[in-house]
Amino acid sequence: MNGIARRQALSWLFVGFCGLSVLVALVPLAFILFFVLSQGLQALNLGFFTHMPTPVGEPGGGMANAIVGTLILIGLGSMFAVPVGIMCGVYLSEYAGTRFASLVRFAADTLNGVPSIVIGVFAYGVAVLPFRQFSALAGGFALGVMMIPIVARTTEELLLLVPATMREGALALGATHARAVFTVVLPSALPGIVTGVMLALARIAGETAPLLFTAFSNRFFTTKLNQPIASLTVQVYTYAISPYADWHRQAWAGALVLVSIVALCSVLARVATRRLERMHAR
Amino acid sequence: MLKSRILHRAQTMDGFRLGTGVFAFFLVLIVATLGWELWRQSLLSLQKFGFGFWVTETWDPVAGRFGALPFIWGTLYSSILALLLATPVAIGIAVFISELCPARLKQPLIFLTELLAAIPSIVYGLWGIFVLVPAVRALQVATPSALRQLPLFSGPPLGVGMLSAGVILAIMIVPFTSSVAREVLKSVPAAQREAAYALGATRLEAIRAALFYARTGIVGAVMLGFGRALGETMAVTMVIGNSPQVSWSLFAPQYTMAAVLANEFTEAANPLYLNALIEIGLFLFIITLAVNSLSRLLIWRMGRIGKEVVTLPAPAEAAA
Repeated sequence: MNGIARRQALSWLFVGFCGLSVLVALVPLAFILFFVLSQGLQALNLGFFTHMPTPVGEPGGGMANAIVGTLILIGLGSMFAVPVGIMCGVYLSEYAGTRFASLVRFAADTLNGVPSIVIGVFAYGVAVLPFRQFSALAGGFALGVMMIPIVARTTEELLLLVPATMREGALALGATHARAVFTVVLPSALPGIVTGVMLALARIAGETAPLLFTAFSNRFFTTKLNQPIASLTVQVYTYAISPYADWHRQAWAGALVLVSIVALCSVLARVATRRLERMHAR
Repeated sequence: MLKSRILHRAQTMDGFRLGTGVFAFFLVLIVATLGWELWRQSLLSLQKFGFGFWVTETWDPVAGRFGALPFIWGTLYSSILALLLATPVAIGIAVFISELCPARLKQPLIFLTELLAAIPSIVYGLWGIFVLVPAVRALQVATPSALRQLPLFSGPPLGVGMLSAGVILAIMIVPFTSSVAREVLKSVPAAQREAAYALGATRLEAIRAALFYARTGIVGAVMLGFGRALGETMAVTMVIGNSPQVSWSLFAPQYTMAAVLANEFTEAANPLYLNALIEIGLFLFIITLAVNSLSRLLIWRMGRIGKEVVTLPAPAEAAA
């Protein structure tokens, strides 16, 4: 009898430990979100979006240049990575059984696991050194390299969800393979592809490390692609490690904007997935 | 039928296959170029220092002497510390979500843990500087002086240092480990648990059997978290103190491979300095590649084991 009581007690102890683990993980989450919201909202105003950074000591100012810079960098990354990623995904799902597809899958997973700072070093080697110039293009390239595997793998996964009958219908009507994929299979998986792109955006929008020595940073407003460009993340980093209280406030505001962008992308990804599920549930 | 179609398609080469294949090849090319580029750009340092680079403790850019030992030490120490802190919690969460919690709580909890993974590294770092580091400093001040004599807790209470880095890394890797562990637990056949319960096992005993069954995949999940921790840059850079020294002390400011790249890359004034830094990047690439590949292999093997076992449809599932 005593043995059973002990076993039961141990079992409940374990259940308690598991419950506690969840709390232990949720406490820092609540803490971080609370600080980002409370500190960020205090510092955030319209000027943050429309004004340029002011010199140290002058109050006010914003991150207009960094916000535009981040949008440009994300745009460049997407323009490079989305087509490449989608085509890779198409190849992976259409030729799933081939040896080359396994190699591509391995390459994608490898690239996905490479630390972002190493991607930065790579982009520095191929996109900065040869031109002797930090540039928005190099930063966009680095972000794009990080996006490709995510877009490719989600596209692959979601193309496999498309019912075989749709493809067979197209082929039976005499469509070529390419035509069946591009006009029937791909469009019906479109929400899924949007999911992949959004997930990739959520991942790279908050990246700092690959931009440090590719896009570098810039005190001024610029839209020139062959010049160093500011970004929210690098700006937040610079401000966070500075000794000035005013800059710290701005860093929190920047963090709030970043978290909002990431949250928006994640929500859009979720909505797109729901739509895909509904489309094929019918 | 599906299989034969795939096979047939695999044997024919047409414009479509070539067109999409070019992009797929491009992806492989990027990874190959990445490795080659890192190697090529670090040749100077590779040739000059050889293996000694990895066991030398001196990092003196002014004198042109470079040894990467403090960075490797810091990276491994902080990652292992994070692993020790995060693994029990992550597995606890995975078990709670997949085995214990009411169905209604499942999705919200999954969403919340995934949120933890979505927060950018720089935001963790910002929070680390202004919230975590002061808290750790207070903890260090409150440490009894008898304990402070030990090498593990020696040094002035700075706040920044190994402990802060380990804690912030642990928070960051928990969602990765727990989500993979959850998936792995899902692949354990229900019959496994039902058999345990039928024999009169308590919850703990049944779950222990499931965890044992899934051990390969669980180890894979833990390694995945380790791989994440090794390469994490911004948050660590902001709280570890950035001081190249080899120390056992949790309170001592140290340095990691990723952090030295982030801090010194744009300052590297001469080719040798730059090459030494890129060699650190090369090593970081190789070690994360190895850890991630091993982790994927384990998780993949787990998935295969799950499929090989013949499972009878569980009555509970059939009724539902």
